[in-house]
Amino acid sequence: MKHTIAVIVENKPAVLTRIAGLFSRRSFNIDSLSVGATDNPEYSRMTITVHGDEDVLEQVIKQLSKLINVIRVSEIEPGEAVERELAMIKVNADKDSRSEILQIVNIFRAKIVDVSARSMIIEVTGDEEKIEAIVALLRQFGIKEMARTGKVSMVRGMRVIKA
Amino acid sequence: MPAHKMTGAQAVLECLKREEVDVVFGLPGGVLLPLYDAIYQSDIRHILVRHEQGAAHMADGYARATGKVGVCIATSGPGATNLVTGIANAYMDSVPMVAITGQVNTWLIGKDAFQEADITGITLPITKHNYLLRSAKEISRVFREAFYIARSGRPGPVLIDLPRDVTVEEVEFTWPEVNLPGYHPSFKAHEMQIKKAAKALMEAERPVIYVGGGVKYANAHRELTDLAIKINAPVTTTLMGVGCFPEDHHLSLGMLGMHGTKYANYAIQESDLILAVGARFDDRVTGKIASFAPKAKIVHIDVDPAEIGKNVRVDIPVVGDAKNALAALLKELRPKQKGEWNDRIESWKKDHPMKYIPDMNIIKPQFVIEKLCELAPDAIITTEVGQNQMWAAQFFVHKDPSKFISSGGLGTMGYGFPAAIGAKMGRPDSEVIDIAGDGSFLMNSQELATAVVNDIPVKVAILNNGCLGMVRQWQELFFEKRYSATILGRTSPDFVKLAEAYGAVGLRATKPTEVEPVIRAALATDRPTIMDFIVNPAEKVSPMVPAGATLSEILELEWCDEAQTCHLEKIYADARKEVFGEEGS
Repeated sequence: MKHTIAVIVENKPAVLTRIAGLFSRRSFNIDSLSVGATDNPEYSRMTITVHGDEDVLEQVIKQLSKLINVIRVSEIEPGEAVERELAMIKVNADKDSRSEILQIVNIFRAKIVDVSARSMIIEVTGDEEKIEAIVALLRQFGIKEMARTGKVSMVRGMRVIKA
Repeated sequence: MPAHKMTGAQAVLECLKREEVDVVFGLPGGVLLPLYDAIYQSDIRHILVRHEQGAAHMADGYARATGKVGVCIATSGPGATNLVTGIANAYMDSVPMVAITGQVNTWLIGKDAFQEADITGITLPITKHNYLLRSAKEISRVFREAFYIARSGRPGPVLIDLPRDVTVEEVEFTWPEVNLPGYHPSFKAHEMQIKKAAKALMEAERPVIYVGGGVKYANAHRELTDLAIKINAPVTTTLMGVGCFPEDHHLSLGMLGMHGTKYANYAIQESDLILAVGARFDDRVTGKIASFAPKAKIVHIDVDPAEIGKNVRVDIPVVGDAKNALAALLKELRPKQKGEWNDRIESWKKDHPMKYIPDMNIIKPQFVIEKLCELAPDAIITTEVGQNQMWAAQFFVHKDPSKFISSGGLGTMGYGFPAAIGAKMGRPDSEVIDIAGDGSFLMNSQELATAVVNDIPVKVAILNNGCLGMVRQWQELFFEKRYSATILGRTSPDFVKLAEAYGAVGLRATKPTEVEPVIRAALATDRPTIMDFIVNPAEKVSPMVPAGATLSEILELEWCDEAQTCHLEKIYADARKEVFGEEGS
């Protein structure tokens, strides 16, 4: 069972280490972790995907909350939130395959951000399933390199997760 | 008041003064020269240790004996890493401590400078929080936060890493209020949950109160005692909770778990309601977790929300400080008379008392503990780890939680002696006795120098069985008596001579009749003293729940195996002969 949690942390040195260390020493499994600034420069926001049952999720939330630099921990239910991830995929692309790749890119509303004689970089944004789907389709051309940001997530409507 | 300028080192001392620190335990080093110069010029008492691990355990023992925050200091690199065991020990047992470490100059950090160690990185998993200072301006805020974090909520150690240049930088001293947006320790329990807990307690037919160190740290043992008596509920404690309920009271079940009493373990397994207070359902307490207290509803009071539901399912969680929660609960409860449950417990107590087989010729370790209890009933007892620790918990009648000091969670051999020194510094009017083993004591015996030089008259009772007894016991029971690396042989050192070499008093008892005179002599002197009790090496800690078994499967190991005694004594004699020749045997 996968769970997404948003963690608001103080923007201080070693906070990421504290959180990563907590996950490893308590044997919690992280699927993805992304971190970035919030509207307030004193705080950062992490989006962490963990898998485990409800008891594990409860422990993850409680143990994270104990860290002094952690301001807030909230679970985000997948149904109530917008979830996005960005991936860049470098594929083999010559003049024979280029137009076919272009079609796939258009269907997924992805972007081509770099072209060379024998390769292309495709930028795609979306939820996990969408990215998995385009990756699966591009695999036939040969994926040379891939970089993904990990998921960020925001609850729809008026509910706000911030410090 | 106009702010006045001072160095970072002086600011540190000013912070310690404002936090009402009267004693620190430490050992200097290159990067700490400015700080130690400030200590030299201040009126704070500094106890120079002989190994930094000793400093950490002394701060720990001081904290447990007084309830105040213990402070230890070590230099960068090896000094700091030598504190690590002591910090981990304090973390596992939730002891309020501030550890101050020196660090290389900020511009050298990360360059593998001389005596550099990433101590904030190293101690990340074993501190409640830690800090690496970058500027003297941060000193007062960080120290104030550190003491607040260390003592509030669930207490724990906080480390402050102090680069050398920060201690010489000039700063205007300020004393800002603590402002920690991410730290909100819970104190007051939720009223609804208290009502639910009270209802469950009133309805229960077979309640057991299970008490851990949280009651000690919250200073809630009086509330606990009142509550137990009001509803006539039996009380069992963990090792950390020893003394929270008077053990001579008829409702006391003593300790539970692996080496707990049979009746405590039976009561837990038969109970229909467990009120857990400030305890964390450790594996040494629960035995096989799947069959722990199968018939019981569990009410769990803890100041740390993460402890609730961590190891067992909890029916009624109560997050809050034990003192507040128990006081609130007490008000909700109506008095309850004794019933059938109390009778059952009385009959278990009668049928399965804690016992051992006395011996006229060889000193039994349990006998030493009983004599200590008889002759020094009000002493603060610290312990090392292993058999000595379990016997000290089982056979001394504990009545005061601040008078039993033991390394529970981490199980640190070498803890008891420096902890005794720390406890004695905090409570100089109390007799302080470290109940030790010959294995454990050697792990920090260098602190004899600290005790002698600073005139800190602690007493050490070594139960000298010539082996690493607890491990040997397991080898006897589960590894067909193959004593792999557990025989010390009473070959070296001679503890009496060791004591004398340091300028302490050394006493020895080899026969049961010598035990009382030795204890009396030790209690009569005002100098640090070692009592070397030559005890039966074959004695085992009993009863025992084998690892992974259910609590009710507790075994009695009380038989006295004379052949084992002879066998071990022969091994020791052979070892002595090999080292010293014929005259040594």
